[in-house]
Amino acid sequence: MMNPTGTGGRLMAGKRLLNAFLTVLFSAVSILYLYPLLVILINSFKVKAYISRAPFALPLDKMFAADANYANGIAKTNFFDALKWSFVITVLSVFVILLCTSMCAWFISRVHNRWSRAIYFLCIFSMVVPFQMVMFTLSKTANTLGLTTPIGIVVVYLGFGAGLAVFMFSGFMRSSPISIEESAMIDGCEPVRTFFSIVLPILQPTYISTGILETMWIWNDYLLPYLVLDIKRYKTIPIAVQYLKGGYGSVDMGAMMATLVMAIVPIILFYLFSQKYIVSGVMAGAVKG
Amino acid sequence: MEKTIRKYWPIFVVPTMAAFSIGFLIPFITGLYLSFCDFTTVSNATFTGLTNYIRAFSDTSSNFVHSLWYTALFSGLSTVLINFFGLLVALLLVRGFRGTNLFRTVFFMPNLIGGIVLGWLWQVILNGVLANYGVTIVTSEWYGFWGLIVVMCWQQAGYMMIIYISGLQAIPGELTEAAAIDGASAWQTLTRVKLPMLMPSITICTFLTITNGFKLFDQNLALTNGMPSNRSQMLALNIFDTFYGRTGWAGAGQAKAVVFCLLVVGIAMIQLRLTHSREVQQ
Repeated sequence: MMNPTGTGGRLMAGKRLLNAFLTVLFSAVSILYLYPLLVILINSFKVKAYISRAPFALPLDKMFAADANYANGIAKTNFFDALKWSFVITVLSVFVILLCTSMCAWFISRVHNRWSRAIYFLCIFSMVVPFQMVMFTLSKTANTLGLTTPIGIVVVYLGFGAGLAVFMFSGFMRSSPISIEESAMIDGCEPVRTFFSIVLPILQPTYISTGILETMWIWNDYLLPYLVLDIKRYKTIPIAVQYLKGGYGSVDMGAMMATLVMAIVPIILFYLFSQKYIVSGVMAGAVKG
Repeated sequence: MEKTIRKYWPIFVVPTMAAFSIGFLIPFITGLYLSFCDFTTVSNATFTGLTNYIRAFSDTSSNFVHSLWYTALFSGLSTVLINFFGLLVALLLVRGFRGTNLFRTVFFMPNLIGGIVLGWLWQVILNGVLANYGVTIVTSEWYGFWGLIVVMCWQQAGYMMIIYISGLQAIPGELTEAAAIDGASAWQTLTRVKLPMLMPSITICTFLTITNGFKLFDQNLALTNGMPSNRSQMLALNIFDTFYGRTGWAGAGQAKAVVFCLLVVGIAMIQLRLTHSREVQQ
């Protein structure tokens, strides 16, 4: 009380010191956090016999494998095929999911009857149901309908991914005003055109957030494509990684390390370029809960 | 307007709902029905009542009851730890010191890596550490258990951190200022002002972590694959193994899947009701 500016100054200095300390602390924690990724990178250049024996050692001298693990990993997993299929399936599925579910969500938020309510309820329900509940019958159904190709699986992803997407889109549409849509339709614009020229542009942020969440799911999904796809011909990246384990034989850890690195690099690149959208997508997904 | 739109249902609703029927509705209903049947394919099913459920619970090779407790314990513990770390990091990062954006980027990154890749990645790290003590991750089911806890904390704490940060940023500044003027300590501000205001975020984060814990499959498959002798099998992997790891057990597998589904839906509903009721009304 005697010397308020002095106390304030000391408080400020204390705060600055604490913040500097936190920066140092978090830098250390961040390095520790990234360390597992670094270990995998180091091991991908190590002769495979040394990987389990000395996982934390640097690949020097006789331990250095150059690109042998990468050549091995690419050959054993057909990595570039897997990359191609993962990419095709993810891009097609996310595109179809966004288009179809946003149309469906607009319909059920503008038409109020018991069918709309039933669809909304079923979508929420499907989000909670674990995949194991439907895995056997779903793979049989997909097989019967011939959906075992990278194109066919898009239908399955639309079906299983519809819950989250419809939920996200309806959440947004509830809060968006319908007056613009109304005036467009009074002016003689029929619903399909109203949707594409008025609703779709307004929905852009929700398209991005929902697209991000669905991409993260489909790109990394293992069990659904493993059961649905004809995996002799089509392997996605997670299937290729798990496939390295083979039947009962031991795992070629060298090829495994190299494949893990190749699987992680595209994700990190994607993340660094679209980080802003990913973070806001996660936030939007959480708020709607 | 509603009347005009209603006529367009074949364009707006049918594509999604047709796929939804193929991808979810029909498999769900036939799955429910098959759990009361003896079958090897979908077409040769004969009704057998509750036999599958009895077999499911008396299965000794992929012990369902053991998996149930193992999964429940994992889910509970991982929910507490992930949310603790996520919230702690969020509380510190919203202070806004130098580098917060970079740290946020780092902590979130593991979420983009798939479960299979994560499982193999951590298998190398954990086995490398455990080798110093002459054991591996599959020596005992509890090494696998703690291994999975480490993997899931590493992966998910960053996701929850993002949700907590947006929750904390939404708290009006007047509230914390008023608390400071009234002489509240930092701890009091946290427990009496911030946490109650944060209940919606806590609801969604605990919901996500509990259900993710129960549904965990990929990491479990890649890290231990249930070893030793199916003791580190969580529910999802247990069901997968019952279906595809042996013959003649498809019926029991489907019965296990129905029990699993009821459990997850039930827990999700109880959890949402419990935490929703603690949210502050504004």
